[in-house]
Order: sequence, then C-alpha cells, then structure tokens
Amino acid sequence: MRSPVFPVQLAVLAVCAPLEAVQAFCGVYLASGESKLFNHRSQVALVRDGDRTVLTLASDYEGDPKEFALVVPVPVVLKRGQIHVGDSSLVAKLDAYSAPRLVEYHDPDPCPEAERHLRSGRAGAAKSSFDGAAMSPGVTAEKSVRIEARYEVDEYDVLILSADDSGALLRWLGKHGYRVPAQAERVVHSYLQQGMKFFVAKVDLRRRAARGLTQLRPLQIAYESPRFMLPVRLGMANANGPQELFVYAVTRAGRVEPVNYRSVRLPEAVEVPAFVKGDFAGVWRAAFDRLVERNGMGVVFTEYAWDMTWCDPCPSPALTRAEQQALGVWWLDEPNPSVFVTRLHARYDRESFPEDLVMQVTADRSNFQCRVIVRNEWKGDARCEAANAYRQSLPARRAREANALASLTGWPLDRIRTRMGVGRAWLAAGESLTPHTPAAWWEKLWK
Amino acid sequence: MSPRSVTLFLRSLSPQGRSDPAARSARDPRAYQLVALFTLLVLGLLRFGFDLPLSHVAVTLVGALVGQWLVPRLVGHFAPAESSPPPPYEWRSALISGLSLCLLLRARHPAWMGLAALIAVGSKFVLRVPRADGRGHKHLLNPTNGAIVLLLLAGAPVWVSPSQWGHHLALAFGVAGFGSLVVHRSARSDVTFAFLAAWVAVLFGRAAWVGQPWAAPLHQLESGSLALFAFHMISDPKTTPDSRAGRVAFACLVALGAGFMQYVLYRTNGLLWSLAACSLFVPLLDRWFSGGAFEWSAPGKGALSQEVGHAKSGVPGATRGVGGVRTA
Repeated sequence: MRSPVFPVQLAVLAVCAPLEAVQAFCGVYLASGESKLFNHRSQVALVRDGDRTVLTLASDYEGDPKEFALVVPVPVVLKRGQIHVGDSSLVAKLDAYSAPRLVEYHDPDPCPEAERHLRSGRAGAAKSSFDGAAMSPGVTAEKSVRIEARYEVDEYDVLILSADDSGALLRWLGKHGYRVPAQAERVVHSYLQQGMKFFVAKVDLRRRAARGLTQLRPLQIAYESPRFMLPVRLGMANANGPQELFVYAVTRAGRVEPVNYRSVRLPEAVEVPAFVKGDFAGVWRAAFDRLVERNGMGVVFTEYAWDMTWCDPCPSPALTRAEQQALGVWWLDEPNPSVFVTRLHARYDRESFPEDLVMQVTADRSNFQCRVIVRNEWKGDARCEAANAYRQSLPARRAREANALASLTGWPLDRIRTRMGVGRAWLAAGESLTPHTPAAWWEKLWK
Repeated sequence: MSPRSVTLFLRSLSPQGRSDPAARSARDPRAYQLVALFTLLVLGLLRFGFDLPLSHVAVTLVGALVGQWLVPRLVGHFAPAESSPPPPYEWRSALISGLSLCLLLRARHPAWMGLAALIAVGSKFVLRVPRADGRGHKHLLNPTNGAIVLLLLAGAPVWVSPSQWGHHLALAFGVAGFGSLVVHRSARSDVTFAFLAAWVAVLFGRAAWVGQPWAAPLHQLESGSLALFAFHMISDPKTTPDSRAGRVAFACLVALGAGFMQYVLYRTNGLLWSLAACSLFVPLLDRWFSGGAFEWSAPGKGALSQEVGHAKSGVPGATRGVGGVRTA
C-alpha cells in the first residue's frame, strides 16, 4: 500500500490519510536517477539572518493529495502573510546546485606536438526529499486545544494550533482526520512545554483542481525567533530505520553549522578510477554509507558551502535573483548582497539524534565543495619519449585511484580492480609498458 | 572527611621544601595544563579534523607570547603606578591562553586569532580588580573567555564551534581526566564539581520540565566542549572567588546563567556568555565570602589555607593564604 509522506521540516509530523492504515513512514522512496539516491529523506531550505527565518518545506509526495497532511511545530503564531506557497523547482534547483559532484577530465596527448584536449564534465548527485511519520488515530476529546488561526493559502488549508495538553491535541488531530502515532505524544508534549505552536496543513482538492495543479507545491513560512533549530524529533516518533535530512541554509553572514551535533566535512577532492562516471549514483551511495559508518549517525555532514554569487565549477546554474527572492532572501536590495549557501546532510535515528538539531550562523565564508574527480587516460596513438613516461606512470596512478575509491566506499580492492579491467599489476589485458623506440633520424628522410 | 583532614592529606603528598624553586615549578599545575591542552589540540587537528589552519595556531601562540611581554610594559609606560616593576615573564600562562583560544575560537582570518590572543593576555594586565582584602588584584575575566566574548560582542568575524568535538564519551572523559589533574593540583576542583553538579541539575531539570527523554541531557553532557569548559576555563583560579562558598555560589550562577542563555534566550555558547557575565560579580562574592588568594606555584595555599584557618580558629576567613601572583 502506498501512503503519504510529508515534508517534515521542522520536525515534521507527516500525517497519513484518515482511512489509511497507520505506518511509521508513509511510502518508500526509490532511487530513480541521480536525484533520488537516498530513501526516507526530508529536505528543507532555510533562509536565516539575525532572528529572521524563512523555511521552505519541500515535498515530493506523490500519493493521493487528499491524504496529504503536514504538521510542523513552529515557535510563533503565524499571520496569513507569513505563509506562502512556493515554486516546486526552488528546492530542486538548490539541491542540484549544491550536490556533491563528479568532475571529469581527459588526459591530454602526452606527445607535445599533438593537440591537447581538455574536457570537463560533471554529474549531479544526491538529491533529497523528505519523509514524515504516520500518525495513529486518536480517541475523542479536544479540550484545551485552541485554533490560533485558520488560513486558506492557495491550495492549502492551514491551521495554527496551540494546546495546554498534548493528549488533547492528539485527540483533536485524530478527530479531524490526522493520524498521529501514540509514540508522538511525548514529543508533542515537549514542544508544547516549550511554547511552540503547531502548523497543520492539508490540501483543498477543489482549489487545487481549480488551479490545475498536478503536484504538491512547497509551503513556505517566515517568522522571527531567536530559535534556530529544526524539530526533527517529531518525524522520528514513528520512524522505521534511519532517516536522511538535507538542509540548504542560505545566509548573509556565512556557513551554517550544527551546535549540538558534530559537524564533519565531506572529502573535498577524491580522484577515482574512470569507471565511476558510469555509476556515480552507486558510488556516492556507498561513499555516504561509508562516511556514516566511520563517523556514526550523530553527525551532520557539510557537503557544500559557497557564496552563490559565483561558483567554480558550477554544477548547475545558481538560483537567479528572482528565485532567491522567492526562496525568502530578503536582503537582495542591498548593494552587492551576499548569499551564502550551506548544504548539510545527516542520517539519523532516534538514538543518534536524541534532541532537535540546533544550528548557528558563523562568520566563515571559506568556500567548500565535494568533488569526485575522474581523469580519463589518453587512449590515442602516442609515440614519443613523453608518451613512454606517461604510460609508465599509469599503473601507479591506477593504484592510487583504486585505493582512494576503496577508502571512499569501503569496496574491496579486487572488486575495484575487476571493474577497472586491470590485473594485479594494474595493467589491462594485453597492455604493455615496453617503451616505444623512436625511429632513427634517417628512417623518415626519404619518406 | 573534614576539610582539615583533606588539607592535611593533600599536604602530605606535596614535595618537601616549599622554598625550593625546582619543587615549586614541579608543583605548578600549568605544566600539566599545557600538556593537556596541547594534546587536545593535536587530537583535534589529527583526529577530529578541526577547521583550524596551522597558520592560525602559529599566529595565536605568537600573539599570546608577544602580548604577555608587551602589554605589561605598555601598561607600565602609560600608567606607571599600576604595575611597576614589570612582572616576571609568564610564558606558560601565555601559552595556555593561546592554546585555549586555538581549541575554542575560529576566525575568518588569522589576524583575528592574533588579536584575540593579545586581548586575552592583555586583559590580565588591564581588566583587573583590586582584591577584596586589599592585597593585589584579580583578573576580571578569564583571559580566553574574555577575549572570545569581547570579539563576539564587537561583531568580529570569529565564531565558536561547540560541536567540533562531537559527543564522544571517551574523549570527554579524556579531557576531564586531564583537566581533573590540573584542578586537583590547583586545589580548586570545588568550582568544577560544583558547576558540573549545577549544570547537570539545569539540564535534567529542563528535560524534566519540557518532557524530553533523559537521552537529551545525557547527549549534552557527553560534549567535549563541556568538559573543556568545566576543567580548563571555569576553574581558572585567578578569576574564581577566593572562598569555597564563593566558588560554589559562582559555579551555580554560571550554570543558571548558561541555562538562561540557552533555553530562555536561545543563544548559542551560553556557557561562555554566562561565565563572562558572572565573572563581573566575583568581587561581590569575594566581599560576601572572604577567602585566601591563589598562588600558582603553591596551589595548595589560598583556599586550602583558608580551610585550615577555619578549622583552627573556627572564624571564617581568619587565616589567609599568601598574596596573589599575576599569572594565567
């Protein structure tokens, strides 16, 4: 059975449809192409400066829209103007722009007289989405639950709820068709105790049809609060297995980093064998698994940190000024506005992430990107002294690249060697390192 | 075990001949602190991938060593009455400040690290308050803490990465073990343990209040940054109150202030802000709870001397320790 999932941004409670069976995570995300490498994922774009925050809760939910619901703890009661429905492409563009990338180079002809060719290419990698938790039906009453606000925001019906008692809130949600798992009560209680409100959204099918929409557009909320955190625990209340979280943080000052979890940078540049370009998705999945295995799950990985006003190389076009504005960057009218992007990626579960993710904006503006580099060997005909040196350098280089890939992915060296098509001496079948003997000077004299 | 018996036991462990310079040097806890901080820095750079270029380390340490020599002379030049003659060159204190900055502070440009080091060691000669008993001065702020807070307040492009250590228990215990050695020898472990007790109470009290599982406060207690703060910063004997009662009160204030910063104002680095703010009240605490001054080369004196005094006379503060030395 397929069931809904929700962008669990701020801790997002994904809520399954009223008639759906209760599931921890509604739906399974299967990798399809390079943009969906990870299952059970949430992705959040977050614009932050001072105490102001604009959140974009991306959703790639593909189930029945009438079964979609989103429950997110928010620190303040939002006014109508603080809620917006954004363009679905915004987060996808941020994802493509900031993803770890494959960079391809071609070795030039080692012989100096030959024309050199240098090409570069790239391939995108990790994309993300979100996940959410299903909710089990509650019971009855709805005492002490207050509807702080009720809005119609394009195709969404939005409620801002507050409550004194988590049990009452869960019962109210259950009565109104939101299924909240029993395990969530303690988490909901914790958010209520901290004075947080609950942002609840469902799709109005009539308005959706009137707009001719075919997909769920991301909800955006803007608010002012000193709290700079993502309430991820709600989404874990009923989760089965680890979740993936992608945060695209956009700031004026610089890099964003976690405060209460260790931050680790991805490798900046790894040179790997050329066959990787044919299976970058598989390689990158294995590489990230290996990173998590080495560092544990209570770690947030920094995958990208760069000023969006330029990039080198640009894996995909940076967001235009209009797109940045749509994302919530409100300082674009300043002279030479700085728009710094940080991409964070965490794999977590209840045990490794016992508390919500708290972050801070730092003054660090150093650029960082994760690149996996492929250098294609020169396969053309080359007969010269330099070509001899080039060919003799290849086995050591292949060994170096294979070892780098083994370290990156944890794959056994023999398997890598096989995929490279080389033997133990790092030579392909029939490949010889016998130096080319140059012709005597007179051999070309009368030709 | 009474304070008197503890004191006598600790003294029984001390080398004989307090006037012997070699023995005094061997008892100086700063040697242990230097080794501990240096080890942590190497571990951070090699094992935990600290985002800290070696150039920043070099500039920080040089800045601290230069500042330690330069600032007292500048102070002596512009305000001769304040510090003449210049104090002995305390390179160990300068290096401790520099290493602490390397462990905690990050900057966009190494010059900011150098400036932080200058401020840290300079603050010891500039931001001083007269002791409550009228004998010498105390540092108003812990040098490292003061430099970090002042730069953050000024909006400098610097930041503190509290999560760089991760939450590895083993590491936290390692830091704590090293630090414990330091505070034990400097006989001011009471402030550390009082702070840790108060901080545990704050974290678990807050978790109980908001209904968090115990895993949340336990996760925060596993922080290497916390151990570093508790064993190497708040325990600075040149800024903590002189009396045990004052230190316990001070530690509780710091923990409560950090909880307020973190859970009411929702600001990061609550421990650092709270320590700086509470340090301003140390002169007041010293007036309320009188005690003895601290001397690095005779760490058993000061507070412990006072405890002996209490035991002997039964009158609080009746017996003082030796006069303070401008270090750390």
